[in-house]
Amino acid sequence: MSYFGHVFCHLRKDLQLEWRSRDSINGMLFFSLLVVVVFSLAFDPTAAMSRQIAGGILWVALLFASITALNQAWTREQRNRVLDAQRMSPSPPSALFLGKALANMLFVALVEVVLAPLFIVFYNLHALGQGWLFLVVMPLGTWALVCNGTFFAALGLRTRNRELLLPLILFPISIPALLGMMQATTAILTGEFEPGLWIRLLVAYNVAFTTVCLLLFETVLSAE
Amino acid sequence: MQRSRILGPIGIVWLGLTLGVIAYATRLGLFLAPVDALQGNVFRIIFYHVPHSMLSLLFPYVNLVASLFYLFWRQRDPLKSLTADAVAIASAEVTVVYASICLWTGMLWGRVEWGLWWTWDARLTSMLLLWLLYVSYLMLRKLSSTGQTQTLAAVLSVFAAIDVPIVYMSIKWWRTQHPAPIFFSGDPDAKMDPSMLPAFLWNVLGWAMWGIFLLCFRYALERRRQKREQDAALQAIEASLEMAQ
Repeated sequence: MSYFGHVFCHLRKDLQLEWRSRDSINGMLFFSLLVVVVFSLAFDPTAAMSRQIAGGILWVALLFASITALNQAWTREQRNRVLDAQRMSPSPPSALFLGKALANMLFVALVEVVLAPLFIVFYNLHALGQGWLFLVVMPLGTWALVCNGTFFAALGLRTRNRELLLPLILFPISIPALLGMMQATTAILTGEFEPGLWIRLLVAYNVAFTTVCLLLFETVLSAE
Repeated sequence: MQRSRILGPIGIVWLGLTLGVIAYATRLGLFLAPVDALQGNVFRIIFYHVPHSMLSLLFPYVNLVASLFYLFWRQRDPLKSLTADAVAIASAEVTVVYASICLWTGMLWGRVEWGLWWTWDARLTSMLLLWLLYVSYLMLRKLSSTGQTQTLAAVLSVFAAIDVPIVYMSIKWWRTQHPAPIFFSGDPDAKMDPSMLPAFLWNVLGWAMWGIFLLCFRYALERRRQKREQDAALQAIEASLEMAQ
């Protein structure tokens, strides 16, 4: 099987598992919905103000929601010692990582698709900048969160307080990416400045960290 | 045994020299350097703030290099890799200490000069993020189970090293109140008065020596801990062999 054959195999397995249980997507959806409602109640924003803050709230909601799903992403593999079996299998470890990260990416993207209309309704949003750029910013931002998140979830798999450790190491590393996505989103919503610079930052961040994740995943998987 | 007998006195001599240099530098900085034309005596905190910030940007490199050596030696030469790991943890802790002092003295200075304890300016924010990154590194070391701590920490160190330039650029685009750097800025107007330079350089030297002392001390401590762990493991193996007989 080729490398991408392996990746596709892992991806299909994860999608199938999720399709049968739908735990993490349902969890993420409801959680991010709650965050949106709570923030809306807390700030009670006007239309102009909500344009300023919506970018930040959107990404914070997605960040928290994806943490809940990422914590669960590898525990599935621990049941019946599947992870040990995968360490022994002849497929490259980075394919396992890529498959898992792509699956998580699809889950979070699905949450975004459901969340976006709710966001527009609750915050009375319409973009003053170039709205089509969301099609670039959303996947880039999601990948930046999910790629490192999947990696750190694997890194923290055998530690004590696994659920606590993931945000503790993911947030500091992700701060430049978070800044990039929030600024780009605010730029599109308000139309006050150009999002180009921040999109380029996200691209650079994604390229750098995806490469490192793929290179170091084997080390983390067999860290003993 | 032979080595530790030589290294002990070297450490004590080094500590004595360091304390001497710090005492001399403090005298120069606090009493002999002329009063600043704009800020009065308040500016003297520069002799602590700037050396600590320079050094807290230097120790992360030690951490990165040690972590890379650890990853390289991990499979090939496990004993050597343990020394690399001891350097990594020592430099990470010194980084956190120096960055904390830099942030704290900066806050004191900012309160007097700007009237603010804190502002989300580019340089302050990136220093805070550096501090956060290394605290998270130490948290990982604390929370991970023994046996894989070193590998996981080394991987995180590589991530942190890649993150630092991205953080630096992104924060620079985001904000730009902190005065431009006096050194290496290329701006001929932004220069320290020559009469203040000796005090400054002696302080940099003194605090660098102190940092190196802390690093070596922490390294020796970690090595002892590793040795004790190895001895305990060896004894456990021997005990289990005796049981088998």
